[in-house]
Amino acid sequence: MKLTGAQMVCECLIREGVDVVFGIPGGAILPLYQTMPEYPQIKHILVRHEQGAAMGADGYYRASGRVGVCMATSGPGATNLVTGLACAYMDSSALVAITGQVARGAIGKDAFQEVDTTGITLPVTKHNMLVMSASDVPRAIHEAFYIASTGRPGPVLVDIPKDVLNEVAEFVFPEGIDLPGYKPTMEGNPTQIKTAARLINDAKRPVVLAGHGVILSRAYDEMRDLVEKTHIPVITTLLGVSSFPETHPLSIGMPGMHGVAYASMAIDRADLVISLGARFDDRVTGRISAFAPKAKIIHIDIDPSVIGQNVRTHVPIVGDLKRVLRALNKEVKPNTHGEWLEEIEQLRQEHPSLRLGDKPKLTQQFIIKMLSDITQGKAIIVTGVGQHQMWAAQHYTFTEPNSLITSGGLGSMGFEVPAAMGAKVACPEKTVWSICGDGGFQMTMCDLATIVENKINVKFAIMNNHFLGMVRQWQHIFYKDTFYATQYTGNPDFVKLAEAFGLYALRVTDKSQVASAIQSAMAHDGPALIDFTVDPEENVYPMIPPGESIGEIMEEPASTEVKAWSR
Amino acid sequence: MVTVKNSHTLVALVQDKPGVLNRISGMFRRRGFNISSLAVGRSELPDLSRMTFVVEGDDATVEQVTKQLYKLIDVVRVSDLSNEPIVAREMALIKVRATSQTRSEVMQIVDIFRANIIDVSPESLIIEVTGDEDKITSLNELLKSFGVQEVMRTGRVAMLRGAATQASPSNGTRRANTPQHYQDYEAIL
Ligand SMILES: Cc1ncc(C[n+]2csc(CCOP(=O)(O)OP(=O)(O)O)c2C)c(N)n1
Repeated sequence: MKLTGAQMVCECLIREGVDVVFGIPGGAILPLYQTMPEYPQIKHILVRHEQGAAMGADGYYRASGRVGVCMATSGPGATNLVTGLACAYMDSSALVAITGQVARGAIGKDAFQEVDTTGITLPVTKHNMLVMSASDVPRAIHEAFYIASTGRPGPVLVDIPKDVLNEVAEFVFPEGIDLPGYKPTMEGNPTQIKTAARLINDAKRPVVLAGHGVILSRAYDEMRDLVEKTHIPVITTLLGVSSFPETHPLSIGMPGMHGVAYASMAIDRADLVISLGARFDDRVTGRISAFAPKAKIIHIDIDPSVIGQNVRTHVPIVGDLKRVLRALNKEVKPNTHGEWLEEIEQLRQEHPSLRLGDKPKLTQQFIIKMLSDITQGKAIIVTGVGQHQMWAAQHYTFTEPNSLITSGGLGSMGFEVPAAMGAKVACPEKTVWSICGDGGFQMTMCDLATIVENKINVKFAIMNNHFLGMVRQWQHIFYKDTFYATQYTGNPDFVKLAEAFGLYALRVTDKSQVASAIQSAMAHDGPALIDFTVDPEENVYPMIPPGESIGEIMEEPASTEVKAWSR
Repeated sequence: MVTVKNSHTLVALVQDKPGVLNRISGMFRRRGFNISSLAVGRSELPDLSRMTFVVEGDDATVEQVTKQLYKLIDVVRVSDLSNEPIVAREMALIKVRATSQTRSEVMQIVDIFRANIIDVSPESLIIEVTGDEDKITSLNELLKSFGVQEVMRTGRVAMLRGAATQASPSNGTRRANTPQHYQDYEAIL
């Protein structure tokens, strides 16, 4: 069958099971767009900024586990994707990005809208390729999906010159994959698994540190089997939140910079840390030399390079978590750790950490707790980056697997709008709440238009503190209240703004209105937005300053806290 | 944990694709690894090139380098030859000032080092020398007094001694020193 490069792209997308792509057309990718009407099985969602295409695809992948696809034209289209790709790369999201490139003969000539897309995206993609002939298109797309979705997932970019999209060649979809340099290890080494089991059986004060890998590998049940059999408490990193039901008696919560004190303290006292798909990010460990000083470390991950990268490891195991845990569960002995759990419970009593505060003012903690209660911890929560993100992780009680979608590694503000859009597109039957910072929201709010246009029923809760709140908090704590360039004195009226986009919108300024506002937003059949005017001075605690250890934790605001808010 | 800084010889077999050198050098740069030399050329296998790196760092750093190399899709195999019996060589071209008065003295030195003169002009000579880095450095030092005008060094290339090859190790030694958790990669070729 003779096809154009553009038709081949579409044929391949269909064979890879793609039903939706996020993108914006432009000159270099137009041949592909002009071909898309021949393939109505693929729905194209026209975003308002390419960052939204990448982050939309990211949200789509995270919510569903199906590879997210985004498209952009050459030059500015491709550069606009970069933040979204970097975010997906840091958080291991399987994405395929297809970009148009200037025609082959124009490459390297500084042609109109030419950038070195593969060069620019090299460090923020798992792999990328420039396809120089139409007959290479099927193999490139097939490899892109394979590489993106296997091993440690990640974004893969395929850059296709315009004349390659137009070129006609015989279409041959590759039978298999021929990548001699890419063979992810799936099964754990049996000897290592036995060693790990021995350490687990002998440990007196073990903890599981569950990371994103548990979710990516869909190993919830296997992890649960492990900890229920061995009676080991579960601590979840930010991206591990919702890998384990937070209502479970063995659930401890999040450690690290803004985690609960007792989780970090448990790690500090532990004699064994079993890391499942976590990578010991500095937000978790703080000062490495003081991290888990008494513990041996079992590190299970599909990516060998994260093992030994940040902490010393006693038992490294490379493999797919689900398979490794199945093997490990056969080796471990049933056990109980009553005293150890008792000790952690004691720590929880002494260091409650999660203060709702009984202030009369409207706080974000209060709103998130209310949202958690009303949705019974079953909504998909998408967040931006900053204070509201930390409070969402702290105060929403996640009971459903894979229900927190947040930019952890890159920490990219603006994630909250497009990722929520993508998540809802992937899971239309689920309730999706986007918890937004007023700062992050304004970075990507243009995609409210996309959301309305495509009838994507996302609910937005803007935590409007009129500040770049987390930065304001750092200025307060580390820079002697030098509040500079963090206050918004001219925020738009978000209710009017949302209405202008065509959303149902409400404003809430008082605690008493919170529940009914959430309920009416949920009752509305379509996207809705609540502008919560919240206490601008509230700070996130506990806090372990960067590069410090649990010994330096600040559990409560210092009594000297000064008023930052001046009108 | 051993934290002695050392120079390590790594050899990688990589797919011969456009941009592969850029991927590798970019990875070294952005992860802050120090390479003191890099040499690359075709291998005995079709579509595969072989690279030799000399990496500065402790054992943990070199382990990271190896893993990060493996993480690149185009890298097929990485071997750390630091503790293996190997032969390692570098070649250099040295252009040195040599007039009719000094030429014979330069030629004597060249002889001692078993180097070759491959170009002669009234004012200068080009010397080709092969050996380990120390030999090349010493020759270069000796020639300095005559006036070294240009130096071009290829960087180290290295190979296991005996019948063992990188593609099919015939003795168990290299496998044994490969960290256990990525031995799985060893069964590729
Ligand atoms: C794209 C981007 N730019 C800058 C930052 C640095 N930064 C981290 S948190 C933060 C403040 C976020 O403000 P907002 O979205 O209003 O959330 P809040 O902290 O107030 O909850 C900033 C500017 C970032 N993380 N991402």
